[in-house]
Amino acid sequence: MPTSRSEFLSGVRAELPILLGVIPFGLIYGALARGAGIPAGPALAMSSVVFAGSAQFIGAELIRSSAPALLIVLTTFVVNLRHALYSASVAPHVKHLSSRWKWLLAYLLTDEAYAVTITHYMEKSDPTHKHWFFLGAGLALWGSWQSSTAVGVFLGASVPASWSLDFTLAVTFIALVVPALKDWAGLAAALSAGLVAVLAAGLPLKLGLFLAALIGIVAGLMVEGLRET
Amino acid sequence: MTLWLTLLGMGLVTYAIRLSMMVLLERVTIPNRMRQALRFVPLAVLSAIFVPELLLPAGHVDLSPGNARLWAGLLAIVAAGLTRNVLLTIAVGMGALWILQAVLR
Repeated sequence: MPTSRSEFLSGVRAELPILLGVIPFGLIYGALARGAGIPAGPALAMSSVVFAGSAQFIGAELIRSSAPALLIVLTTFVVNLRHALYSASVAPHVKHLSSRWKWLLAYLLTDEAYAVTITHYMEKSDPTHKHWFFLGAGLALWGSWQSSTAVGVFLGASVPASWSLDFTLAVTFIALVVPALKDWAGLAAALSAGLVAVLAAGLPLKLGLFLAALIGIVAGLMVEGLRET
Repeated sequence: MTLWLTLLGMGLVTYAIRLSMMVLLERVTIPNRMRQALRFVPLAVLSAIFVPELLLPAGHVDLSPGNARLWAGLLAIVAAGLTRNVLLTIAVGMGALWILQAVLR
């Protein structure tokens, strides 16, 4: 039977491959934020206060162009809307936890931690300590995001683009999605979301991603509805 | 000062979104229809993130033989279907990408 400690360590381990892609991203953010004229203190603080990669990139860009604060906050809201879907998706699994746990786990609910955590929640194993897996995955990501950001801020270091480490995120998501495609409804959700994301890639602020996710969910429900009637 | 307030605002909206449904769905029984919909969230979102990485590596649709990410991704999909092993899939995908990039250069 998994213990809290073994779940925590499994969460850290599950997150490790994704970190390969996250660390270069953090280095680039750090260098870019300094390049945008943000002092080292706030540039670093953004990684712990906001803790959301794409919103931080867009935020740094907007701060550089001296956009009004309200616009930057609104943009962040739109860019991070997809996290509401993640929040709803993990909600049934964390329902029994204390508020303190929920507040902590909500802070750690990024794309990368969500991906491995929800996969683990869906496995048919003893769910007693699965929130420790969530915590392990979330903290592993948090630690590497903070440290890679700091290196980027202070050294401006970067990883050669030819290594293509950013691709590890895509292949990790493939590794999580493909084995979970167990029926036509799931396949319809994945395919239509992927297709819409490609077609709507031109939309600003990651709205294409949000739209694609919604259409994928509706497509999955419709195919499931067809099967039932 | 404005900069710090901006950061704080960005952090607050992000955190509020992440916490929102965990708290809202706390005391209600989640209706069956919604539970069904939630099952599709990871499949839909993760696909919406990775499919464009394969098909539009440079910002436009590229189905040419020169698109190394597309072929490496397809190989990774096959590996994931056959092995259901995360690490092996990553190894196949990244290995294929590096080889294809070296060959196609």
